[in-house]
Amino acid sequence: MTHTHSSQPKSFLTRSLRSALFLAVALGAVSGCHKTPAANANPDSFAPTPAPLPPVPTASLTADPLAIDLGQSVVLNWRTTDATNVSIEGLGPVNPNGTQTVSPTASTNFHIVAKGDGGTTEASVRVTVRVPVAPTVPVDNTATADMGSESVFHDNVQDVYFDYDSYELRADAQASAVKSASFLVAHPDIRIVVGGYCDDRGSAEYNLALGENRANATKTALVNAGVAPARVRVVSYGKEKQFCTDESESCWQQNRRAQFSLDR
Amino acid sequence: MESTPRTFRTHAALSRSTIAVLLLALAACFAPPARAQDNILTGTSTGVTSIRIAVADFKPLADDPQTAPFKQTFDATLYADLASAGIFDIVSKSLMPPGSPGAPAEIQLQSYSNAPASAAMLVFGSLGQAGGKLLANGYLFDVKNLQYPQVIAKQYSEAPSEDSARQIAHRFADEIIYRLGGGTPGIAETKIYYVQMTGDLTSDVSKEIWQMDYDGANQRPITHLGAISISPRVSPDNTRLAFASLGRYGFQLKMYSLLLDRYVAFPIGNGSTESPAWAPSGNELAYASAPNGSFEIWVADSNGNLGRRITSFRGGNVSPTYNPKTGAQIAFISDRTGLPQLYIMNSDGSSVQQMTDGGYASSPSWSPNGQFLAFAWDRKYGPGAPGGQDIYVMEVATRKWTQLTHDGGRCDFPSWSPDNRHIVYANSSDGRANHMRVWTMLTDGTQRRPLTGPGADMPNWSWK
Repeated sequence: MTHTHSSQPKSFLTRSLRSALFLAVALGAVSGCHKTPAANANPDSFAPTPAPLPPVPTASLTADPLAIDLGQSVVLNWRTTDATNVSIEGLGPVNPNGTQTVSPTASTNFHIVAKGDGGTTEASVRVTVRVPVAPTVPVDNTATADMGSESVFHDNVQDVYFDYDSYELRADAQASAVKSASFLVAHPDIRIVVGGYCDDRGSAEYNLALGENRANATKTALVNAGVAPARVRVVSYGKEKQFCTDESESCWQQNRRAQFSLDR
Repeated sequence: MESTPRTFRTHAALSRSTIAVLLLALAACFAPPARAQDNILTGTSTGVTSIRIAVADFKPLADDPQTAPFKQTFDATLYADLASAGIFDIVSKSLMPPGSPGAPAEIQLQSYSNAPASAAMLVFGSLGQAGGKLLANGYLFDVKNLQYPQVIAKQYSEAPSEDSARQIAHRFADEIIYRLGGGTPGIAETKIYYVQMTGDLTSDVSKEIWQMDYDGANQRPITHLGAISISPRVSPDNTRLAFASLGRYGFQLKMYSLLLDRYVAFPIGNGSTESPAWAPSGNELAYASAPNGSFEIWVADSNGNLGRRITSFRGGNVSPTYNPKTGAQIAFISDRTGLPQLYIMNSDGSSVQQMTDGGYASSPSWSPNGQFLAFAWDRKYGPGAPGGQDIYVMEVATRKWTQLTHDGGRCDFPSWSPDNRHIVYANSSDGRANHMRVWTMLTDGTQRRPLTGPGADMPNWSWK
């Protein structure tokens, strides 16, 4: 799983399209296979392209690690090709290839812009900075801890849904997790259970692993948004507890979830 | 990567290089159309033709009305054991000569060797009560050998009960199968452990571990936890049962002593643990555990101590199963390349090999002779994809595979019998979990029949 978002240069696609076409034609010509539809392609397409366009720059940007505590540093590493002018927002103009250590004080999107004769390419990477939460007084007697009411909790901390056979948080799930985290940060006495659930297709034993990964991905999102890890307990239910049992996509989606509940 | 199904190999090679593409295009034009994969020989119904055997109803020792129900159970059990053994061609009852001989002196051997019975072997004997005991005299005769026909003569004496009649029949059947089946012990006295579900899927579902005889008789619960317990695996010496049970901290392994009839401590560590698997020595267990959030295969000793991780790949690594012949290899399921696939490795974690490279594979079981892997496989897995999950058997050395179930709905959890001739599995014709039943079949996919009612799955066949 990578968090690097490098944009796909346009000319790469056209280049690979062109070579695919060439392959298909060559294939038809050599094999004489009558099924090949490209066999009647225009042979003129072999003529050299009149004026080769200047290559479009490429750029990639990575950060290691992707998440740090406040005060720690991150190594940025970038690579570009065919660029004449490279800059990173916040750092200014930089060499075409390089590394730099930075210590952001808040979560930052680092953004690289590579300009060249063939155009402009951009890439970005997000570094998450965990800002320590003010330490809370440890509560010895959990019975007195204010866990709040069930309905208020579920209004503010909503279940997170996943794609088929996936444990990556979707964009809507990320937003939901951030909202949940702000509620949890504001209510430091609440401890929660994140249950990982799967739809009823696939293997029972493998789905326990998938549910574990879903619950942990959700916990990581909460922790990155400032919730203390010790407040979040993870339980995988796999496909053993179904929310609904219809054989339909809407029901399967209901079952592919990380469900929050109060850890009383 | 080397793999048997031809379609997979073509896909893998296509993306490699121009030359490969051109060669394949040539091959596609001139080669004959791809055949289905070769059948693999699992040992059932192969080699010599099945022995034609006649099984006569036993003769009651005396006209005792109490013995009648026992004799009925005994006759039915003995006949079913021999019919399902996978090595016999049983003479239909309608072709048998009249009368039931109770002793060698009462026998007309030619009447069994001649048409229509045309038997090579004859099973007969007597059953009755004497001195407060249920007494059985059983014989196996070679009907073509007129001078010395006797192969087996056995006497059994047990407390009179329905279950005794059944157990005597099982023991006698195992004697016959051992003698005529190439020295492989019969399985009529083996047990099957499985998961029985009660309640509704969405709310108060509860799953307990149950035990039954290999033919579906004597179904009874082992656990009474009122929780969700899955993945039962009995130890090689039949003394302990490992399984995973859902508690406050997720699924954790538990150990039940079948000798003491109680749970024994099994401190296997933090985090979720599931899918236990016994090494054939009984001294170690492999299992899947996620102390750091990602399921890996671990190995611990049989008391749950000295756990050590043997895989290292983020994602899901579950469902280990030892090679029962050598104990030196473990098959398991991993999603390291996307959807879960079948892998094998040495039992120290080295030499990982991928066995399937497509679809969705689950629930491996290694045959007791070490040659084959049975597993559930959905070769065209995905939303809206055609095809279903069926039971497959793969020869480990060649990676040739064959499909055992077809178009019968969702199949899962194959488990080999100790004689390599049978596979028990779970099937649900409409795919719903609460309609799953435990079925048994021969390893060539024939003689399929259900052993349980609905709500039963995850069968595990005892080692002996």
